[in-house]
Amino acid sequence: MTSLVTPPGTGSSGTRRSGTRGTARSRSRIALTAGRGVGLLPFTLYVLLFLAVPTVIALVSGFQDADGGWTLDNLSALGDPLILRTIGSSLWLAALTSLLGAIIGALVCFAMMGLDETRLLSRVVTSISSVLAQFGGVMLAFAFIATIGIQGAITVFLRGELGIDIYQDGVWLYELPGLILPYLYFQVPLMIIVFLPAMKTLRVQWAEANLTLGGTRLTFWTRIGLPLLFPSFVGSFLLLFTNGFSAYSTAAALINQASPIVPLQIRLALSSETVLGRENVAGVLALAMMVIMAVAMALYALVQRRAARWRI
Amino acid sequence: MSAKPRHPLAPARATRIIILAVIGALFAVPIASMVEFTLRDPQTGGHTLNNWASLFAPDAASTYEVVWTGIGNSLLLSAFAVAVVLLILVPTMVYVEVEFPRLSRVLEFICLIPLSLPAIVLVVGYVPVYQFIGRTVGTDVWSLGFAYGIIVLPFAHRALKSNLDAIGIRVLSEAGRTLGDSWFGFLWRVAVPNLRSGISAAVLITVAVVFGEFTLASLLNRTNLQTALNIINWQNPFVSVAISLVSLIAVFLLLLAVSGLGRVGVRRTRRPATPTPVSPTPLRGTR
Repeated sequence: MTSLVTPPGTGSSGTRRSGTRGTARSRSRIALTAGRGVGLLPFTLYVLLFLAVPTVIALVSGFQDADGGWTLDNLSALGDPLILRTIGSSLWLAALTSLLGAIIGALVCFAMMGLDETRLLSRVVTSISSVLAQFGGVMLAFAFIATIGIQGAITVFLRGELGIDIYQDGVWLYELPGLILPYLYFQVPLMIIVFLPAMKTLRVQWAEANLTLGGTRLTFWTRIGLPLLFPSFVGSFLLLFTNGFSAYSTAAALINQASPIVPLQIRLALSSETVLGRENVAGVLALAMMVIMAVAMALYALVQRRAARWRI
Repeated sequence: MSAKPRHPLAPARATRIIILAVIGALFAVPIASMVEFTLRDPQTGGHTLNNWASLFAPDAASTYEVVWTGIGNSLLLSAFAVAVVLLILVPTMVYVEVEFPRLSRVLEFICLIPLSLPAIVLVVGYVPVYQFIGRTVGTDVWSLGFAYGIIVLPFAHRALKSNLDAIGIRVLSEAGRTLGDSWFGFLWRVAVPNLRSGISAAVLITVAVVFGEFTLASLLNRTNLQTALNIINWQNPFVSVAISLVSLIAVFLLLLAVSGLGRVGVRRTRRPATPTPVSPTPLRGTR
């Protein structure tokens, strides 16, 4: 990925384009193109310094020892059972919340089918979804502490009115399971945003054709609707997966004592950089995250191509 | 309603209402709980407005000093990030569109990179960069603005791009140049006025993203609104919940404004009204 971050051709691509013949005219055009390329310099420099350089550092720091020499020793962290369990938990959390989020979100999209986009209900649902898909981090953590924290409204209500103690086996909100509900709170709205347009590609004519040919509502969904939507559904699921997998702030605000997921392990590694033998573990973990993200994104691109087949 | 034939794919009215009501109610629970939480009276166990009143009490300012610092820093940082968008991204996008249209895809690709790089990964690379900045320039909060300018690129680019595509910037540029305008003259007198809706949307989303940012600030040891809220939560959870609620409403209004602007932009585009493909880059929040 980083190789593509290189400068957007400060004149070089223009030179290649016009420099085929060595005539005086094209040479002046080269000069002109190079001159015009100067306009790209500020952006190129900025992106190089603050995007390309940090990305390269994040990539290579896993292969460096404390003195900056090259080593593969850090990679042994990936064999550490604790780290492996953390990566497993991260994958599990991201997969679970994106699967549930995708199903619930798709249900909402189904409920909104056939609704005129200009209707108030439709506008409200999409607006709320775009707000909540953005709602994350510290404030989301507080919302859930106020809801199902030890003194949260729902906890108190269930304990006082119904005699149900949701924490009788211990307080799980500040551990891995406690992340599921807050994550769903941004995954479901995100699913609504990305899946609603896909639902709209189901054409009315197909439903009519199905009815004309003697099909029922059920056969429309089993034979036409679901098979056509499946690639988009998988694509949306993968987007939700990358979203859940890379989330940090919500978990950081909720969980202080432990580091059950990879982003929190990176926090631990960054804040305890001096612990012997753990230098640059953050780099290895970052590398592992990038690899997983890249796989998910590649799958997404693959699925997306298939989903595009039925678009007009 | 009755004039139009019923959409053959639409679910039954009752089904629609039940699904939306149940899921809507579930999503309202945390918001309602936040409101209830801020109204609690720790002494009597009843409900009171005292908590809210104490937010504005005379001695409150010093108690919640870190929050005010956080808000001030977040304001400063959003101004910095907005400056990056206005002074670097906007001119570059216009310039590429006019002079190097073939590079427009490359530019888009670069701007979208921060979406596939989790902030927690990026921060691993930023730590040494900011150690260097700390040694040479200082550890003041404003330098974080450079990193924030990067993380807002995908959002700002998208807001500007749809506007750029809609106005036919190349033709405008040829017209401007024919009439003898200089490059900067063209940018200032022709491009910017035509890009008003895209620029406003880009600025608003930039401010929203910066105000919600936590990962970089917390791991690079700078104070912004989110890290301040996280700190004050240990002293007084009521305050952090109350301020979260207030800023949630503020962000809600801000994003509603953005989505409103987005709609205006969509209406102006000249693209045929085909269904939008599943967006490859949903707005990812700041979690």
